[in-house]
Amino acid sequence: MRFMMLIHHNEAELAAAEQKQLWADYAAFNEALGKAEGAESGIRLEPAGKATTVRTTGDKTDVLDGPYADTKEQFAGYFFIDVPTLEDAVVWAKRCPSSRYGSIEIRPVHVPQAGSWK
Amino acid sequence: MSGRGEAARTAERIARDSYGRLVAFLAARTRDVAGAEDALGEAFAAALRLWPDDGVPDNPDAWLLTVARRRQTDALRRRQTRAAGEEHIQLMADEIEDAAGTAGDIPDRRLALMFACAHPAIEPGMRAPLILQTILGLTAIDIAAAFLIPPATMGQRLVRAKTRIREAGIPFAVPEKEELPDRLDAVLDAVYAAYGKGWNEIGDAAPELAEEAIWLGRLLASLLPDQPEAKGMLALMLYTEARRPARRDPAGAYVPLESQDIALWDGEMLLQAEQLLREASQGGPSGRYQLEAAIQSAHVARRQTGADTWPAILALYTHLERLTHSPVVTLNRAVALSETDGPEAALTLLDTLEPDKRMESYQPYWAARGHLLARAGRRGEAREALTLALGLATDNAVRHYLQGQITPLTDG
Repeated sequence: MRFMMLIHHNEAELAAAEQKQLWADYAAFNEALGKAEGAESGIRLEPAGKATTVRTTGDKTDVLDGPYADTKEQFAGYFFIDVPTLEDAVVWAKRCPSSRYGSIEIRPVHVPQAGSWK
Repeated sequence: MSGRGEAARTAERIARDSYGRLVAFLAARTRDVAGAEDALGEAFAAALRLWPDDGVPDNPDAWLLTVARRRQTDALRRRQTRAAGEEHIQLMADEIEDAAGTAGDIPDRRLALMFACAHPAIEPGMRAPLILQTILGLTAIDIAAAFLIPPATMGQRLVRAKTRIREAGIPFAVPEKEELPDRLDAVLDAVYAAYGKGWNEIGDAAPELAEEAIWLGRLLASLLPDQPEAKGMLALMLYTEARRPARRDPAGAYVPLESQDIALWDGEMLLQAEQLLREASQGGPSGRYQLEAAIQSAHVARRQTGADTWPAILALYTHLERLTHSPVVTLNRAVALSETDGPEAALTLLDTLEPDKRMESYQPYWAARGHLLARAGRRGEAREALTLALGLATDNAVRHYLQGQITPLTDG
């Protein structure tokens, strides 16, 4: 099963972490991810403060500074894995250093059924 | 521990013991595990609430049955108008009525229930959760926490597995002699898997689960006194459990076996393990669990007496490898080989595992490989392997330990 792993950071907690060790751990994690079959290394996003949110309601389009939701944990990046079960995906989430500074949302990638989109 | 805490633990043990026996007894007749659990669930919860303060009743089975029967009658009255499920409820009530008549001496069908839970028709990953729930009364939430999956998912899977027991005609019986060893393996594997969850994870729920698994191991060894593998598995769990207090230093860092303070080991538990292993080896051919227990025994002897038991450990792993063809065993044999023949010999053996795709993301493989490479003086390769091991680690204590191993390989 292919899963997208959505990383949400508590940016304050992440900033408070010992940076050298954190990024050494992240480098090790990316090495491991790179070796796993079907995995795709992640994309890291700039902090949520740099986000812009667009929403169209009827004819009116709002363009706002800031992220979609003003929450303590913000979407920060993602990676893909291809593993047999949800349990294996949970193991990969635990391995990801970000799980210690926020949360990892595991989402199965939708596989369209032949002839339909639902 | 406080008196209340002690009383609560005793009450809980006895309630579990009774609960499992009653669920097994009722389910064995109706083949309806969920129905039996429903019938006893509230009574069990009441026991856990009341017994620690009121004391454990003289006949816990009869107490649980009486409460269950009362609840059953209430439910029957409430549902009188509803035709659906009526027959089923009546059946359950009859069962409890029958059982209550013989409450003084409920036959122990827990073994049969465990064989049903670990039947080949039940998916392997659900066997341990099923046994934990039906025999011990653990909730789906507790089981889910230990198995690291969402509670709702675990709940659904447990329901599906119980439906399968009912609908696939899975027998509630201890298999015949010819079939027993194979089928017993599945039961032992399920209990050992539960122990493994409790051993590997450092979370709050985990050590408790290890305790539950040992309790199940004792139950199995007592219900199957002639099966050496049941004793072997219990011995294996006790050898491992006895060393738990030495596995972390006061700061929580991982301490490898060779550096553990053996004064922290539980001597009483190790003696029990030795005794069980001795009994098991008199009982017949050695299976996987006896061999693994014997390996642990040799590790303990080496640390306690200073004797070089590595050749014995290597021989045991070689035997185990022939029996299981498991890459995990080959990995351990390589580590033993490094102690008798040096790291290069061990690395040559590890190279045979390289084509196995499962090794790519298997943390212990990269950790072992890294340590052997470091010992062989191949610093660059060692750093690469240990870095992968670090990236694959899920436990903070192990992560810190590996960071400490990598640092000296990076400088200079």
